[in-house]
Amino acid sequence: MENHKVVVVPCSGIGKSLGTVGRVATYKVIERMRPEKTRTVCLALLTMGDNDALKLVRENPCIAVDGCPAQCSKKNIEASMGKLAYNIIVTDVLRKNRSLKPEGVIELNEQGDKLAEIIARALSEKVDEIQREEKCE
Amino acid sequence: MTLATGKVGIICCSGEDLPEGTISRVATRLVLEKLRPDQTVTLCLPLFLAGGEDERAFARVFPTIAVDGCDKKCAETGTKKYSGRPVATILVSEEMKKFPHLKVKSREKLEPQEMELATKVAEEIAKKVDEILCRKVKK
Repeated sequence: MENHKVVVVPCSGIGKSLGTVGRVATYKVIERMRPEKTRTVCLALLTMGDNDALKLVRENPCIAVDGCPAQCSKKNIEASMGKLAYNIIVTDVLRKNRSLKPEGVIELNEQGDKLAEIIARALSEKVDEIQREEKCE
Repeated sequence: MTLATGKVGIICCSGEDLPEGTISRVATRLVLEKLRPDQTVTLCLPLFLAGGEDERAFARVFPTIAVDGCDKKCAETGTKKYSGRPVATILVSEEMKKFPHLKVKSREKLEPQEMELATKVAEEIAKKVDEILCRKVKK
């Protein structure tokens, strides 16, 4: 049986660079690291209760990627009754990588991109794990 | 032109799944950081649902501009639903029709051509900001 694609949903955090870190990490996963296994959905569309977006998060395992502890992505997936398989908060990863100082929303600085790369690698491993578990079920 | 000391909230869809969503996001930040830094603020759209009472209150009190990537108009609809009707809506997919030579395909990092389009959208937003604030001054 073919695995479901994992839906990686970053928050739309536009006020701080941490939102952009989550967004860039998501694109690294869905466009370069695991393009066959993943996709994303517009968080605002999910928030608005779009039927296709709701169906997508209810039928596929989801990963929430949030910039800050407000956790808009995680909360919106849960409120949509989506299958939340994993969630990550950029601030938690930043705490473990204190030497990195992400800056920029329009374009991330090099350190922000490094942080996004660290998160993307962790997310890719998580995607593999989620799909392995799905196969076993 | 004299502008009022008021602020305008710009709420963009940020649409993660579409290149137009990234254009809406970058254009919004260009207005905030470069074109009208003293007259504008932005609000996270999904915070409306996640319990951002401050954001909801802001959009009830101050004029807002919705910047949407596609005709699903999540920013306009969301603002209307959780706070108040935006004074204006900018639709990126419509703006793109004015510049058919500018192609958009990136979601992560905008290419120079895409940045040119984001700049044009940002200029449209800035025009709306001025119109709104001038209207407030006249009142």
